Amino acid sequence: MNETETISENKVPSSLTQVGITMKYTFLDYFRSRRFFILLTITLAISALLTFIVGYYRPASFLASNLSFYSGWWGNSTTFVVVLSGIFFGGDAISGEFQNKTGYFGIPNPIRRSSIYVGKWLAALVASTIILSVFTAITLGNGMYYFGSNVPYQFGESVLFAWFYLVAVLGFTFFFSSLFKSSSMSILVTAILFLFAFTLIETLIADLVQIEPWFILTYGGQIIGNVLKASYPPSTSVSSFGPGGQRTFITYNVTISEGLAIIGLYFVITAILGLVLFERKEFT
Amino acid sequence: MANPCIESAKLSKKYGSFVAVSDLNLRIEGSKCVGFLGPNGAGKTTTLKMFTDLIRPSSGEALINGFNVHTDKRKALASVGALIETPEIYPSLTPREALMMIAEIRGVPSTERSKRIEEAVSEVRLEEWMDKRVGKFSKGMKQRICIASALLSDPTILLLDEPTNGLDPRGMSEVRGIIKSLKSKKRLIFMSSHILSEVSEVCDEVAMIDHGKLIVYDTIPNVTAKFTGGENIVEVELQRPIDSELTIKKIAAIPSIVTAERKNDKNLTIRFNGGSDAQEKILSDLVKMNIGVISYRPASSELEDAYLKLITSTL
Repeated sequence: MNETETISENKVPSSLTQVGITMKYTFLDYFRSRRFFILLTITLAISALLTFIVGYYRPASFLASNLSFYSGWWGNSTTFVVVLSGIFFGGDAISGEFQNKTGYFGIPNPIRRSSIYVGKWLAALVASTIILSVFTAITLGNGMYYFGSNVPYQFGESVLFAWFYLVAVLGFTFFFSSLFKSSSMSILVTAILFLFAFTLIETLIADLVQIEPWFILTYGGQIIGNVLKASYPPSTSVSSFGPGGQRTFITYNVTISEGLAIIGLYFVITAILGLVLFERKEFT
Repeated sequence: MANPCIESAKLSKKYGSFVAVSDLNLRIEGSKCVGFLGPNGAGKTTTLKMFTDLIRPSSGEALINGFNVHTDKRKALASVGALIETPEIYPSLTPREALMMIAEIRGVPSTERSKRIEEAVSEVRLEEWMDKRVGKFSKGMKQRICIASALLSDPTILLLDEPTNGLDPRGMSEVRGIIKSLKSKKRLIFMSSHILSEVSEVCDEVAMIDHGKLIVYDTIPNVTAKFTGGENIVEVELQRPIDSELTIKKIAAIPSIVTAERKNDKNLTIRFNGGSDAQEKILSDLVKMNIGVISYRPASSELEDAYLKLITSTL
């Protein structure tokens, strides 16, 4: 990726440099776009609502300890912010190149399609990280107001896991975006998958079929909330019910190593598939 | 530097059973402007897209300066400026930013970028809009920015798909002027168009395609000669009115000329036998007569006749 081509008087930069160039200008486009400000507004609205609820109602579940505060605040809302970022910045990142014809501006240049894909993905990651950082800062601000500077180390772990989850979610949304040529279709399918379908499938498989849903990304993402619990939940817990306790019910909790593996595999597989699809897709 | 060259070798594109381009063999080399003609659905845009990595060939190769566009894209497109269909630009960027992105990707030296962008934007007359966001631009304005982006790196080869599409008459005229000026800078220009008068005006050669197959590739005089009984027609515009019938007779006496007719005081229609060599000799003789030749070009109707006869014969 470090080669340079000198054909005309211009020296075409290396593919790595072109990734950086694509990232810079795509991020500029994202940063000025209406969707960035809508997402920022949603994040601020969630933060404002939580600030009001905790400040006004003083719920014991939040204020019992610093860990329970971060668990209640961060653990319950972060995945939503991450998923929204993925949908907003990744949902139509590639399909838009086809439907909006922006690909006709960039592709006929001496740049590999993979450089465009990776550059756009990095731009989406930077934009999403800004949104996540805003939510993290507000969470920290509130936590320090109630509990001082005594921030549990688990919160740091959870922030890191949330960022890993963001990486995988963006990999997945970019992959789905590569599948479609219609922006609205790719955004819609991605939103349905993350906001409803994955959770539904996870529940059905775990509760009805009693199989650990290790192949669902949202299941791996549970480590973000689980790590903030006073004691990390066991990977399986069996409860009995019915007459004489004859029936048993298994609840699955992803372990940290499993969660990281699921997140990592989702990222690697969807990144490869998305790249291959974008390389092969035609501007007909 | 070697002559700029584009070549398709048995280039084909199939969509299921539909053959968009079939075994296209075409080699264009040197500094010239070649018009790419054909009816809707003939395969013009498909061919240009295969030369710019927008679509992949089903078989065969698209080569630019000897490099395969699909296996060696960075080298193949390093000296190419392209405008295919009407591209869109990221709406939140300004023309300056969008062009800067292309300049950086293409490796325009950092010391020259700003100057080249200003020149390119000036060429397409959008200086006032340089720092406004592209999202609010009309289709014609976006087309101008895309033309500027194709010119930005001073490419030796230009691939243009209906470059005046979406432009108002003034814009069309300006783009033709830009293409003509590029011809004088020793560029290879390959442009598709439906406007035959435009092709006659700016191109030296034509390649005609129909049903994905190349029908003819030759100079405009040679192509038109085949369909006008061996005669070519040129239109001559003079700076001064023609003073007498004697002058007309002198012109008609130039070797190869069959007839010379006065259209009005300052315009002549000349029919002649022979190809581009004869055409060049006639121009040279006319200039020597010192009658004030300011324009000398093939009659567009001749190309139209040739086009219609060629395309009809393949229906």
